Amino acid sequence: MRTITLSVNGEDLTVTVEPRESLADVLRERLDLTGTHLGCEHGVCGACTIEVDGKATRACLILAVMAEGRRITTIEGLRDDPVAAVLRRHFHEQHALQCGFCTPGMLIMARDLLNRSTPSSEKDVREGLAGQMCRCTGYAGIVRAVLAAADETTSTRSPTP
Amino acid sequence: MKPAPFDYVRAKSLGEALAALGDDAMPLAGGQSLLPLLGLRMASARLLVDIGHLDELRQSSATDATVTLGAAVTHAEIEDGRVPDPGHGLMRSIARKLAYRAVRNQGTIGGSVAMADPAADWPACLVALGATARIAGPDGERRVAVTDLIEDIYTTSLVPGEIIVSFDIPRLHAAAKTGTAKVMRKTGAFAMSFVVAVLHDGDQADRIVLAGAGRRAERLAETSDAVAAGMDEAALRAAVAADLAGLMDAPDDYAVRLHTAVVLRALAEARRS
Repeated sequence: MRTITLSVNGEDLTVTVEPRESLADVLRERLDLTGTHLGCEHGVCGACTIEVDGKATRACLILAVMAEGRRITTIEGLRDDPVAAVLRRHFHEQHALQCGFCTPGMLIMARDLLNRSTPSSEKDVREGLAGQMCRCTGYAGIVRAVLAAADETTSTRSPTP
Repeated sequence: MKPAPFDYVRAKSLGEALAALGDDAMPLAGGQSLLPLLGLRMASARLLVDIGHLDELRQSSATDATVTLGAAVTHAEIEDGRVPDPGHGLMRSIARKLAYRAVRNQGTIGGSVAMADPAADWPACLVALGATARIAGPDGERRVAVTDLIEDIYTTSLVPGEIIVSFDIPRLHAAAKTGTAKVMRKTGAFAMSFVVAVLHDGDQADRIVLAGAGRRAERLAETSDAVAAGMDEAALRAAVAADLAGLMDAPDDYAVRLHTAVVLRALAEARRS
């Protein structure tokens, strides 16, 4: 076991972990940040996507010890983010979730997509979210929501890190 | 999906990393292949030596003739054009379609080559570009062509204690034409078939490199010669079939049709470029 300090959503948190523990497990089990969901645990489903140093990252594919000294943002840290707020509203309006399991990863990745580009077609969105699995919606509502949010945020987007 | 216990050390320099590596220790950079394999218990290690942040592996440079990319340059950095592209856009276009953005942000080109998945994108690209790997080890440094470094499925000539530091990649001739094509079960998955075509690269021979068929990415010799000789599509199809017969044990009709189609698509893209 070793004691490390993680910068999570702007707060320095000291936690004792095993080197083999993924950041996702440490966020959920030791820091009680259960907004990060764990599906496949090997990088395929995208449910655990968070940001590390402003870059979308699979929390199941990075060890907590690797993340020491880096800036971690989880879905809980995007409460006041303007782009995330627009996405949440359009997810609601477009029925872009049923069970909600994939939603935190979807929102993080959709926000990343909007911050890097202006997706203008269904194809852009589907390619940008290809690494995020949803088993309820058939993706139609998700794609509509992200396109609607892209329209709305072209003037109000947050700066690219 | 919990790996067996291991220890972890973040090396402060390449020298420190080399000193820490030994039997039963593995270098860890982006972790996008190694961590799943450890979780699936298909790989194991007593010690992981984190090298992903080392300056020596993060540096890139360029001359008129060659681009040197650090082994810990990420796929996303290539995609975003943050490092020079010796293929005049070829590497950027390949990076854009490699796995998913969240994986590309952490995964590294050196890790992809060291992993040597037979369907991976970078080995095929680096073989097509004639890249050479610079490798540091306990006995000093060596250089080896990527086409020789990768020996077999998930098998390289790297020995325990060695680390890929960088790749020296010759710049393509300004008039060179390039194309790629890939068939995957879903966007971002490993390829069932992936082809990189490099044509008209100065006085260099044409290269049609295929991944996903054989035990490693390979230049299709007969196909490349047929392309260089300007043969028609029927002759090209026969050349691909002949190359596949050498790469695979009794390729079935589907495999021949799949890989032939991907070769022809990559060639068409190269000719349009």
